[in-house]
Amino acid sequence: MDAYLNIIWFFIVGALFTGYAMLDGFDLGVGVLHLFVRKDEHRRLLLNAIGPVWDGNEVWLVVGGGALLAAFPEAYATVFSGFYIPFILLLFTLIFRAVAIEFRSKEVWAWWRQTWDIAFSLGSILSAFIIGVAMGNVVQGVPLDEHFELPYREFNLLNPYALALGGTTVLMFAMHGAIYILLKTEGELQAIVRGWIPYLIGAFLAAYAIFNVWTLVHVPYVWPTAIARPWIFVVAIMGMLVILNIPREIYKGREFIAFLSSCAGMGLMMATFGLTYYPYMLLSTPHPENSLTIFNAASTTKTLGILLLIAGIGVPLVLSYTISIYYIFRGKTKTLHY
Amino acid sequence: MHRWSPQEYNVSPLASVIRFSTITNMTVETLARAQFAFTIMFHYIYPPLTIGLGMTLVIMEGLWLKTGNTLYHNMARFWTRIFALTFSIGVATGIVMEFEFGTNWASYSRFVGDIFGSVLASEGLFAFFLESGFLALLLFGWDKVGPRLHFFSTCMVALGSHFSALWIVVANSWMQTPAGFHLEKIVNGQHTILPPDHIITADDLGSMRAVVDDFWAMVFNPSSMDRLAHTLMGAWMAGAFLVVSISAFYVLTKRHKEFAQASLKVGLGFATVATCLQMVCADATARGVVVNQPIKLAAMEGVFHTQAYAPMNVVGFVDMKTETDHAIAVPGMLSFLCYHDFSKPVSGLLDLPPDAYIQARHPEATTPEQLTTLRKTYWPYVPLVFQAYHLMIAVGSALFGLVIVSCFFWWKGWLFNTDWWVSRWLLIALVFSVLGPQICNEAGWMTAEAGRQPWIVYNLLRTSEAMSKVVTADEIIFSLILFAFVYALLFMVFIYLLTRKIQHGPDSEEHEEMTQSWKDIINHDAPRT
Ligand code: HDD
Ligand code: HEM
Ligand code: HEM
Repeated sequence: MDAYLNIIWFFIVGALFTGYAMLDGFDLGVGVLHLFVRKDEHRRLLLNAIGPVWDGNEVWLVVGGGALLAAFPEAYATVFSGFYIPFILLLFTLIFRAVAIEFRSKEVWAWWRQTWDIAFSLGSILSAFIIGVAMGNVVQGVPLDEHFELPYREFNLLNPYALALGGTTVLMFAMHGAIYILLKTEGELQAIVRGWIPYLIGAFLAAYAIFNVWTLVHVPYVWPTAIARPWIFVVAIMGMLVILNIPREIYKGREFIAFLSSCAGMGLMMATFGLTYYPYMLLSTPHPENSLTIFNAASTTKTLGILLLIAGIGVPLVLSYTISIYYIFRGKTKTLHY
Repeated sequence: MHRWSPQEYNVSPLASVIRFSTITNMTVETLARAQFAFTIMFHYIYPPLTIGLGMTLVIMEGLWLKTGNTLYHNMARFWTRIFALTFSIGVATGIVMEFEFGTNWASYSRFVGDIFGSVLASEGLFAFFLESGFLALLLFGWDKVGPRLHFFSTCMVALGSHFSALWIVVANSWMQTPAGFHLEKIVNGQHTILPPDHIITADDLGSMRAVVDDFWAMVFNPSSMDRLAHTLMGAWMAGAFLVVSISAFYVLTKRHKEFAQASLKVGLGFATVATCLQMVCADATARGVVVNQPIKLAAMEGVFHTQAYAPMNVVGFVDMKTETDHAIAVPGMLSFLCYHDFSKPVSGLLDLPPDAYIQARHPEATTPEQLTTLRKTYWPYVPLVFQAYHLMIAVGSALFGLVIVSCFFWWKGWLFNTDWWVSRWLLIALVFSVLGPQICNEAGWMTAEAGRQPWIVYNLLRTSEAMSKVVTADEIIFSLILFAFVYALLFMVFIYLLTRKIQHGPDSEEHEEMTQSWKDIINHDAPRT
């Protein structure tokens, strides 16, 4: 019974971060594309499209962090102190971005708007990139010592593999954001973004393919684990099919289904990763015996039980009003008359 | 198993580039504390405003629904804009706090994760989602949902912000007065339950965990409810006095007459209620400290010698060299406030903590001199606690006096008489009153947190044992500079936009429909196809 709780919480923490990627993913993506849209009116539309929801989306990160601390305190402590500088930079970029969204349209001066536009876009790009780089390091494993600490010595967070995942993440969010823009806008702006979609999808697919091959070659545990747990192939292939479905839906003009596919693609990618990584919370290389697992990193069974109760009450509430709010704000965003 | 040797982990990629620490020569502990204090104190400028303004919005919109008077509607809309501003900065700075426990206080997170985590997770699930979700409706939903649903959203946002205060204050109170847990030592996967009186030694560090026994005992720990009430009243005051201040400014400058007077009345009414309740809650909090943390109390009042008929200091200073305090004092008042009995002695720092407590932790100490030296390592930095505490009391009492006088003027009908110099000066005082609750809130936290030192979890874990082992001084300085930069920017933009909104003022009464400026603020259009 005890082990089930740990597994459930492994799943829940994963689900929260996946929820974060799906939701904040699109508004980070909108930010990545923001500077490429030239007209002030259009930029404003982009911000309006994410206006009512970006804050709620970011809460998924906060709650993911809270859940990680609650369920796996050792993992929380190790990851955040070990990746100190990247996470401080992530916080920094997220703040900048938040402020830019709030303040950009409050003055009409060109320089004011231009500055905040740049802050918003750079903030978004860097946030996405840092998230990807951190994930890349988690996937390939980091040199934890026997105290489960991650000393910086002899270790480079900015290794090529992690950088590649960082780049892939930026492209993925950009594509995701572009599809969201198609959904929320119309007319000229939509036409502009529609023109980019094939390139964005193409670029993402290429990066995704390269990254997958690189993972198989570079990360030693992946292939043997996949052989031992064959359903990983099922999930991974479903993921690829769903992602390949995106261009098809766009081609057919079904943007909403394309958006859902993009969400599902992220979900299945995370699921593939989770299935392969299980039972690790943070893999230690080259000394796997120092790894944090869902057992040695976890809180006590009692706490995990209490948490499950809290989540059992909280999550349905959260889902019900998140869905209601997306429903109330459905449909196309419009500009205002100045 | 985990022995901590800081030297082991002092190489970082950044250290080779930037070497601040050699210049400043500060320790990781000092820096981590400075960073935490800076970021939390900056964050704490905004949450009280969010909580307090949220309550005001509920009152205003409620009055509108009840009376149908569009004046209240205009009021709710105007104050919503200010609310949106404080909220957004609260969110941006709050995210930093959530992760700082991991980045700067990793050892602390490992120690209390089992307890503290569930509280923080509850905050996210019950409070932040509620707030941020319904905020969308509050800000952007005027024309998407009916007035009743809109009012409901406003209530939910206010409820969410109160919930977040609840959980975070519970978490902090557990650190002040831990309850509902036991200690466990984990060596090679073997868990050993330790007796309640176990004293953590250097050997235990890293392998020791606080583990939850009783969730509700943890939530309702001895200080949490008193401190929650005190913090919430502080927040209501912050919101109420902001409304008072801006409205008084309009009255004084003769702008938006009708709006300004009505708004000032609502604000002042709410401020009076909150301030009076605060006096009750403050007393309860202080008497909680007497029972739970006598050392903190002695530091707050600068009491060195245990004495009956202990005086209460009003203003003064503490001399740490001679271990005396010099102050204007009310005789016997402290004993009375602590115990409701003038003759009861209040313990002084020179007797705290008691010898037995010190000997239990330092068996090697036998002579009185050794005990005296060791005793001081269990004291907080007294002058800071003393001054912060007295600042809070002085400003809090001044605010109390101010609302009483203002209510008297209101009752007499003199409040809006800007031609009479007395009323004018009162209004000027009201304009500046907005700073009062902010000062009290910051000073109060300073008292509570600095007074808790040297402990991070009272009587269990020292602050010096709570840091991240792998993080270097250089890295913290780097991040501190980054935060100082971005927060300075944030603060300037905040003040700038606040003044802009005040200059702009409320939408005039003729504009029943949504006015242009309102639309500009919410940046979102009505009709949907
Ligand atoms: C008395 C109340 C109170 C106190 C003591 C704190 N906060 Fe706070 N916090 C709030 C009351 C609040 C709030 C009123 O709920 C905020 C302010 C504006 C907002 O959006 O929510 C908020 C925002 C906020 C957010 C962003 C939430 C979101 O995205 O919606 C986080 C992550 C935190 N806080 C975390 C913390 C941490 C880790 C604290 C302590 C170290 C802390 N807060 C102290
Ligand atoms: C005038 C009488 C007041 C008294 C006697 C008083 C007493 C106290 C005491 C003893 C503490 C420390 C509690 C602890 O360490 O656990 C405290 C903390 C605090 N005070 Fe006050 N206070 C007063 C007024 C105010 C006012 C007017 C405000 C705000 C508007 C305020 C805001 C706070 C805050 C935010 C804290 C920190 C949170 C807490 O520990 O509860 N106080 N106060
Ligand atoms: C659950 C919530 C909180 C936790 C876990 C917490 C924890 C800490 C920690 C780890 C420190 C650094 C050690 C120290 O120097 O004291 C600290 C210091 C401090 N905290 Fe808190 N805190 C919490 C809430 C708050 C809040 C809401 C405030 C509001 C302003 C606050 C004000 C301060 C201040 C002013 C210091 C500096 C005290 C000093 O350096 O001596 N804390 N707190």
